[in-house]
Amino acid sequence: MTTKLKSFDASRYSIFIILALVFVGASFLSPNFLSVDNQLNVLRQVAVITILAYGAMTLIIGGMIDLSAGAVMAFAGVSSVMVYKDTQSLLLAVLVGIAVGVACNLVNAFLVATLHTPAFIVTLGMMLMARGAVLELTQGQNVLQLGDFVIIGQGTWGWAPVPALVLLLITAVIWYLMNQTRYGRGVYAVGGNEEAARAAGIAVAWVKYKAFVVNGVLVGIAGVIFMSRVNAGLPNAGVGYELQAITAPIIGGTSFSGGVGTTAGTLAGALIVGLLGNIMNLTGVGSYIQQIVMGLIIVTAVAYDVWSKRGRTRTTILRSGRRGEPAAAGADPGATADPPASGT
Amino acid sequence: MTGTLLSVEGVTKTFPGVRALDDVSFDVRPGTVHALCGENGAGKSTLMKVIDGIYQPDAGTVWVRGEQVRIKNPIDARARGIAMISQELNYVPDMTIAESFFLGRLPRRRGAVDWRYIRSEAKRILAEEGLSFPVNRRLRTLTVSEIQTLEILRAVYHSADVLIMDEPTSAIAYKEVESLFAKIRALRAQGKSIIYISHKMDEVFEIADDITVLRDGTVVSSQPASEITSAQAIAQMVGRDLDHQQYPKERIPLGPTAFKATGLSSRGMFEDVDIEVRAGEIVGLAGLIGAGRSEVVRAVFGLDRLDGGTVEVGGTPVHITSPRSAIRHGLALLPEDRRLVGIVPDMSIKKNATLASLPKVIHGGYAHAREEERLVGEFFAKMNVKAPSTETPIASLSGGNQQKVLLARWLIADPAVMLLDEPTRGIDVGAKLEIYKIMTDLARQGRAILMISSELPELIGMCDRIYVMSAGRVTAELTPDQYSQERILTYAMNDIEVA
Repeated sequence: MTTKLKSFDASRYSIFIILALVFVGASFLSPNFLSVDNQLNVLRQVAVITILAYGAMTLIIGGMIDLSAGAVMAFAGVSSVMVYKDTQSLLLAVLVGIAVGVACNLVNAFLVATLHTPAFIVTLGMMLMARGAVLELTQGQNVLQLGDFVIIGQGTWGWAPVPALVLLLITAVIWYLMNQTRYGRGVYAVGGNEEAARAAGIAVAWVKYKAFVVNGVLVGIAGVIFMSRVNAGLPNAGVGYELQAITAPIIGGTSFSGGVGTTAGTLAGALIVGLLGNIMNLTGVGSYIQQIVMGLIIVTAVAYDVWSKRGRTRTTILRSGRRGEPAAAGADPGATADPPASGT
Repeated sequence: MTGTLLSVEGVTKTFPGVRALDDVSFDVRPGTVHALCGENGAGKSTLMKVIDGIYQPDAGTVWVRGEQVRIKNPIDARARGIAMISQELNYVPDMTIAESFFLGRLPRRRGAVDWRYIRSEAKRILAEEGLSFPVNRRLRTLTVSEIQTLEILRAVYHSADVLIMDEPTSAIAYKEVESLFAKIRALRAQGKSIIYISHKMDEVFEIADDITVLRDGTVVSSQPASEITSAQAIAQMVGRDLDHQQYPKERIPLGPTAFKATGLSSRGMFEDVDIEVRAGEIVGLAGLIGAGRSEVVRAVFGLDRLDGGTVEVGGTPVHITSPRSAIRHGLALLPEDRRLVGIVPDMSIKKNATLASLPKVIHGGYAHAREEERLVGEFFAKMNVKAPSTETPIASLSGGNQQKVLLARWLIADPAVMLLDEPTRGIDVGAKLEIYKIMTDLARQGRAILMISSELPELIGMCDRIYVMSAGRVTAELTPDQYSQERILTYAMNDIEVA
């Protein structure tokens, strides 16, 4: 039984305990917090960021990152809005939004997976390009009067807000992809040790393409929901969202060095951020202070991630996209159970 | 301890599962070249790392100039006049020559780095050696031999009295060896001592004053070079106490040729390599590190590029472009570097084990958890993997158990040909025996096994045939009646081809 105890990893559940504590704490701080209206409002608010967060999680687990999510989201959302205004077809509008998200991410994937350029740099470039594209498309003007387009972001199905339902569906799909498919295993393997994944027959480049496509679909959907919720096509929307999207998985236990992370953890991370924002709003904490709090949470979460794995050879998300280059494992002779190959 | 520059007395160093050094003692006299000989794994590099302060010994003492010292780290070693010129030269490619001389101790003037002094000193050092490099040249533009020279100059400039050279000639050309030796002789004349580690017996006997032979972490002999012959040294390196019975070798009726490689070459790595393995056969690939053995199997498996040659599996020519296609054609590679190319550290044992056979556990739209557990559990029990459960992250296992999981990965994938690169490296004796048994089982199942090993007794004990490689070429193909460690080492150390 001692072995059982040893293998119990408290940190696996700590995020859910924190979520529960935040929830209970918030319900004491404000009488309005537990009202159904407020809870539904929280779900509506967190939907966009959480959907983006699943994309960020996928890429981070796979050893990559997407800094272009916020800008591509705006590009996709505004494109969708414009198509809707021209055609009045909701289906077509949604599809175009998703297509724009996927197209931008295919460019990212090509540069990262095929040309081995670091994802950090590639998506930084894409962030500028997508933002420029959406500003050029709209000439910097907001697109207004969307008509029925708003039902995606503001509508309800029964009592449930549509964005919350979409979020639920996406959560299920992402969980399925990460846990029940070869693609999901591939993402964990590539992020955990790319060279080993390749040597085990994983099609590394293909996995990276798929991860970016999943991210693209999510970013596209997030863009559509966002624009619909605010009832406008805002070319300046989503600034900084890429960083907020990274926050949730990191708080939820996704390791910045890749290979580790769960869908449930990311959801919990997003809810913690959402609930904290909500309770700070309800109790009248200023938005400047809110930023400080969010910053503290991110730093704490990442510091905890690093601390909990101290002493291990680590690579970070900032590493080059080229295979075989992550900090050579041999750099730390003391940290391994292997005796050194001597006499060579 | 008078009369010696550096003494090591009774040093013992243990790693989990392995006693790397066992009561090692030897003395380095001032103004001498002291060669340290031994097979791969004999403990030479570990010993040097103890002297350099990278490892702390579990027991024993180190004396420098008659004073007992505890060398805390390489910086401490430098301060005591000990400098390591490592086998893989450590340098920052974009650094200038001048900068590299003062790396880690840049002189300052009024708080700022004194570049003028650095450049003038560097110029002076180079001029004294008759070298005419501009001191602003970047290291990446120099050859390995030139960088090595600079490292030696740097060590001497910072008043090193003991220079440790680990395989200094492994990466330089024959002509450059001559000038290296000239430099070593000049240093010796100045009263400095050199600890010279090499596999190459001819070099050792050309340059060394004293020779210490290590085997399995113990000193076999230590004497002036004049009192020992090259043949005696080799005999001492390999030892005589091996017992063939410890290997669970079975002669299995051989099947048809399962693997055939013809004329394999890769520029700068290996050339014109022919290898054939029959079903049920265990074939060894012997050679020193750097002979190109790992490079050959990596290229065959699609991990590295192959410039020429053909590969046949089961009599059919195959074109392998990636490990994925190699696996599809029935190959498997157990890599030399488990951590770099083998394990996915944060993944569970179970998921690591099935990584090369995902279609077997994930099909029809979902992951068959029970099927996966059964498949892994079967090998888990058979191989006696010691772990709390199959959900344990593989990184928390010992090297031997990790290796068993990686073997299980390939057994689940069910390949016809297995390429095993140092399958027992860094593994304790018990686990080694288990891995030999698994290999025997695999052969009995009709699989073809090509095994690289630097442990000659292991090759002799397990293999039906042994290829020896040296400098990127196959120099011999030996059958059991021709096996002897001396013969294998001779072929491995010389480039002479014998029919």
